[in-house]
Amino acid sequence: MNVTVTVNGKAYTRDVEPRTLLVQFLREDLGLTGTHVGCDTSQCGACTVHLNGDAVKSCTVLAVQADGMSVTTIEGMGTPADLHPLQAGFWEKHGLQCGFCTPGMIMSAAELLKHNPDPSEEEIRHHLEGNYCRCTGYHNIVLAVRQAAGALRAAALAEQAADD
Amino acid sequence: MYPANFDYQKASSVAEALAVMAANPDVKVIAGGHSLLPAMKLRLAQPPALLDVWGIEELKGIRREGDWFVVGAMTTHADVLRSELPLFPEVAYEVGDPMVRNRGTIGGSLAHADPSADYPAAALALGAEFVIRGPEGERTVPAGEMFLGMFESAVQPGELLTHVRIPATVQASAYEKFKHPASHYAIVGVAVIRDANGQIRAAYTGAGEKAERLHRLEERLNSGQPVGTGLVESATLLGDRFASPEYRAHLVDVLAERAAARV
Ligand SMILES: Cc1cc2nc3c(=O)[nH]c(=O)nc-3n(C[C@H](O)[C@H](O)[C@H](O)COP(=O)(O)OP(=O)(O)OC[C@H]3O[C@@H](n4cnc5c(N)ncnc54)[C@H](O)[C@@H]3O)c2cc1C
Ligand code: FES
Ligand code: FES
Repeated sequence: MNVTVTVNGKAYTRDVEPRTLLVQFLREDLGLTGTHVGCDTSQCGACTVHLNGDAVKSCTVLAVQADGMSVTTIEGMGTPADLHPLQAGFWEKHGLQCGFCTPGMIMSAAELLKHNPDPSEEEIRHHLEGNYCRCTGYHNIVLAVRQAAGALRAAALAEQAADD
Repeated sequence: MYPANFDYQKASSVAEALAVMAANPDVKVIAGGHSLLPAMKLRLAQPPALLDVWGIEELKGIRREGDWFVVGAMTTHADVLRSELPLFPEVAYEVGDPMVRNRGTIGGSLAHADPSADYPAAALALGAEFVIRGPEGERTVPAGEMFLGMFESAVQPGELLTHVRIPATVQASAYEKFKHPASHYAIVGVAVIRDANGQIRAAYTGAGEKAERLHRLEERLNSGQPVGTGLVESATLLGDRFASPEYRAHLVDVLAERAAARV
């Protein structure tokens, strides 16, 4: 079946089997290997991407279900020269060790900050319940998200001041 | 990791979906896919054909009809969470995690009748109704006749659950859940509501083969007695490596006490 998915702003059309998972489409058909697969049971969240703006587990969506939709992956968040505030936060607060869970953590946290620019520690922990980290113990991940939230709020204020 | 192969098509209306199902009895409906795809990835399910009903607009959203809310089956858990419905938003907040809630649907969960799902307890306690359409037309099933057994609801092959009707006015409601730490499903969940006339209704999920009303709790609270213990017989409950039947019975008592304190 032919599917067309807009990924990080660029439209891609590929011929896929209906059983192709969105994560396989991203990794194997498009070569975007930043999105990880950490489990077989739809639990770990390493595969989290945004589908039409909502965080989803790309291992539990079929590529054919995403036909005509737009996807943002970790590759669409920032570049090494211009990190997204969440990427910078994870770096500065040491929010990762092996880094396997990090792309999913960042995509999931990005959705939280979109709806809640100043989340409490408890809200961050509840929101990240579907993202498992086997290394960090989550403490520095929470700090990284709080730092990014602060940076994004400061950027929004600066933008507002520039507009006035 | 890969599901077995299958044919796939999308339906854009209920009429079209019913026609496809009538023409091909092997076709399996896929809504949010968050129960079905995990089962297919583990090859616990291998449907030869999927019919995607996610995009059917007439099955989305929540509207008020007099004393009832009418909820489209394809309304996601995330939309339930942000809604004005009684009790259901609190329950939706406990379903899975944000990614699960962005894809999974209220209709998919209730049609699937997973014994560990959260909504069935809320549906039983509130006295929800289920609008089901099939080749013979439309019927409405009360909550008490919806959950028939493990993964068995009143929705028959060839039928589509189209809407869930939820009473709009209750005086108070609460849901208390003891969740599995990895899957987040309910090991036990208890819903208690005080209806528009001040009467208590309650139900539990997770503990047995299907969600059930908590009649003993209702009788005690409606006659002014304390919650007490022994609300369900452990012999009627499930046991597995996560929780024995005795422990589940104990959890029903504890969660009922907590929920009752809030209504
Ligand atoms: C990691 C994870 C954690 C989860 N945690 C929880 C939890 O804590 N609590 C909880 O309650 N659930 C939990 N779930 C399940 C989740 O809520 C599912 O979304 C829900 O059970 C099924 O809804 P769906 O729309 O995804 O249905 P699907 O998976 O698409 O369908 C499920 C079944 O119902 C049938 N079906 C679907 N819609 C209809 C319809 N309208 N008419 C007739 N038949 C239909 C399908 O044919 C299929 O057999 C979890 C899932 C995952 C992956
Ligand atoms: S790979 Fe683990 S949830 Fe998707
Ligand atoms: S940093 Fe290793 S799993 Fe999270």
